[in-house]
Amino acid sequence: MTLAYAVLGAAFAGLIAYALFGGADFGGGIWDLLAGDTERGRAVRERVERSIGPVWEANHVWLIFVLVVLWTGFSGGFAAAVTTLYIPLTLAAFGIIARGAAFAYRKSVGTLQMRRFFGAAFALSSLLTPFFFGAVVGGVASGRVPPRIAGGDVVTSWANPTSLLGGTLAVLVCAYLAAVFLCGDARRDGEDELAEAFRRRALATAVVTGVVGLAGIAVLRADAPVLFDGLTGRGLPVVLLSVVAGLTALGLLLARRYIAARLTSALAVTAILVGWAVGQYPYLLLPSLTVEQAATGRSTLLALLVALCVGTVILVPSLLFLYTLFQRPPYPPEHFGRPTASARPAGPE
Amino acid sequence: MEYAAFLATYSALPACLTKQGDRLLLGIYGQTGLIFTSVGTCPADGGLAREGCEGVLELVVADGAGNLPYARHQMALTLGWHIIFACFGIAFPAIVVFTEWLGHRKDDAALTGLAHTWAKAMGVLFAAGAVSGTLLSFEMGILWPGLMDRFGAVFGFPFVLEGFAFFVEAIFVGVYLFGWNRLSPRAHMLSSLPMVVAGIAGAFFVVSANAWMNNPTGFRLDAEGDVVDAKPWAAMFGPSTWPQFTHMWLAAFMVTGFLIASVYGVGMLRGRRDRHHRMGLLIPLTVAAIMTPVQIGVGDWIANTVADNQPAKLAAMEGQYKTTAGADLSLGGLYVDDELRYSLEIPHGLSLLIHHDPDGVVPGLQEVPADQRPPVNVVHIAYNAMVAIGTALLGLAAWFGLVWWRRRRLPRTAWFLRAVAVSGAAAVAAMEAGWVTTEVGRQPWIVYGLMRTKEAVSPAGGLAWGLAAVIVVYSLLSFFTVVVLRRMALGRDTLAPQEEEVPR
Repeated sequence: MTLAYAVLGAAFAGLIAYALFGGADFGGGIWDLLAGDTERGRAVRERVERSIGPVWEANHVWLIFVLVVLWTGFSGGFAAAVTTLYIPLTLAAFGIIARGAAFAYRKSVGTLQMRRFFGAAFALSSLLTPFFFGAVVGGVASGRVPPRIAGGDVVTSWANPTSLLGGTLAVLVCAYLAAVFLCGDARRDGEDELAEAFRRRALATAVVTGVVGLAGIAVLRADAPVLFDGLTGRGLPVVLLSVVAGLTALGLLLARRYIAARLTSALAVTAILVGWAVGQYPYLLLPSLTVEQAATGRSTLLALLVALCVGTVILVPSLLFLYTLFQRPPYPPEHFGRPTASARPAGPE
Repeated sequence: MEYAAFLATYSALPACLTKQGDRLLLGIYGQTGLIFTSVGTCPADGGLAREGCEGVLELVVADGAGNLPYARHQMALTLGWHIIFACFGIAFPAIVVFTEWLGHRKDDAALTGLAHTWAKAMGVLFAAGAVSGTLLSFEMGILWPGLMDRFGAVFGFPFVLEGFAFFVEAIFVGVYLFGWNRLSPRAHMLSSLPMVVAGIAGAFFVVSANAWMNNPTGFRLDAEGDVVDAKPWAAMFGPSTWPQFTHMWLAAFMVTGFLIASVYGVGMLRGRRDRHHRMGLLIPLTVAAIMTPVQIGVGDWIANTVADNQPAKLAAMEGQYKTTAGADLSLGGLYVDDELRYSLEIPHGLSLLIHHDPDGVVPGLQEVPADQRPPVNVVHIAYNAMVAIGTALLGLAAWFGLVWWRRRRLPRTAWFLRAVAVSGAAAVAAMEAGWVTTEVGRQPWIVYGLMRTKEAVSPAGGLAWGLAAVIVVYSLLSFFTVVVLRRMALGRDTLAPQEEEVPR
């Protein structure tokens, strides 16, 4: 375990966290998109809203964390990747802006028309952003990013079979995770009907994801041979673990054991990502730039590791505090003997 | 793309070149490489890679210089937008928590109500800052890969720390808003402290990265100009870091304080004089008024730092071409043909300010080769605008302070409220002008004295379209942000993004 791998491992752990937490957030937006018209979709939309409201911002910081660790620890490789893939990355960033702003502003507007507009922006960007991120992963994984600044083709690096597969899988995985997470949330709050609806969605998405995954094997074999060899060779145990975890989650969903289904689903998604990492080992950018070559100097990596350790000690309890607080019901203001705010004078319309 | 005209005939071509138009990329930077332009003679039975096979190769030199204006405008727009919201991220938590604490201490529902209203606005502003900051972290690599590639090991580190600080802030903004009715007042205010501290820490880290670009330290360069021996901790504490951070920290409190006060100033001008409005004006205005005179003192400190470390920037700020002993302080004016015209001169003012000696020598732009001078007028006018607005805000602060000290009340004239009403926009303009001064004043360098901005820019095609897209997205974002904040300012009780909706 060298310094370079320790730092890359930390960035990758951040990426997994982003996929699980941020991914579930995106998935919530996708279900919002598919919920139907205002009346029919109300229950689903309110559930999504309640589930991601307090945590959506924290969940998205993982992405920034991954970016800054990569650009400090692997500056050259980072510069090469983002300049070649700048189009999908910019579009993903626009998606994050549209999504975050729409979600934050939606509650602050009164008219139904405005709410619908923001709702649509939130939902649509929830679909597009993970697609573009998946396409970026596909571009890197299929070796279309040479280790030079803007060295690759700015279009075909992300408009190719592997990227299409990556994008589609990313969207499906987000939708699946969200459905599984929302099942548990809905049941916890006694919304059994809604829990059943999400369970159906989770099962359907799981099946579609499985089919696309199987078809993806052929795509990778033709389009990303190096990764394919890695996945079917060194990475095979991890890939199999993902399959087993996925099937177990499916069984748990059928048995309505949502907490366990959450954990196994998270494990399945983690294993997919780890499989990609193992498949690419030892390269940061296929087919020539290794992790060791790409890493910056020793003192930088050490400083990074120290910061990561200290940061983790601060972050983990903070996150746990947020998630536990989130499970609490609100109290009326009198509960703490608070002064109750007088009604505010309304401004002119 | 610019092509250096370099054609050469090679024998024994590399095997990867098989037909006209094939490329052999070399070097690290962008598209630098060889293009196989024509085949000469080859032995009948073999590939090109054999001895005796001749062909013509053209050397291609990638150059992002054509992208420079697009990249700079995109960065200026997105940074300029983000910095307004970043100010709220730095200063607003402290102001809100202070107001909440005051409300609990005095058992005053108007104050806790005010804090709750502001907390909701804080949630919306924080979201706007967070999403615009995300694009910035992409842009650092997308637009300026040369900077990342060569210096990422040295100055990427503060961004990692900022990532953590922002993470903590995001978590505790969620806790603060969501916990409003879930935690006791004491626990609620205690849980807000990480949010306050993290906001300020994040500002320190980001500003230290910018200070490093102004005064790069904490590494050595080898003979090829590559960074060796990077010391990321040392790089964060260069000579500009503390003055720049202090200046920005105070600016954040001024922008936040004057802006919130201006919202209530407008409300009071419209005849709403209830306690809610009075306190809503008084608290943020007091904060801003305390910070303003301190800021002017810090301005002197930072100007001295610039004089010591970036003489070209200082000369551009002052529009001074000739190196002068006993230099005058110039106010206003335009820089034409290496000379500042139409300006108001304060004799020996500049030497006094910089050296605290009326006859101190201040180097002018003549000391710097012509291709290393920043665009003087932009820097000079932006700097003068910042100083002028800062002075006007000092006047407003003094007016408010005097009346309060003598009579324990706000000035009664409507002119005072009008001045407060425009103070918010003025503070924002001053802050933006300050950033224009330091950023444009550093040109043509991205890393002062070591790397030119045009060397750092991405040579990728299509950046002009990227800029166009960013302009469209940010226009929409600005429009909706203003709509939502206006609704909040008009007193409709809305919800923060972290709060849950009560079914209506």
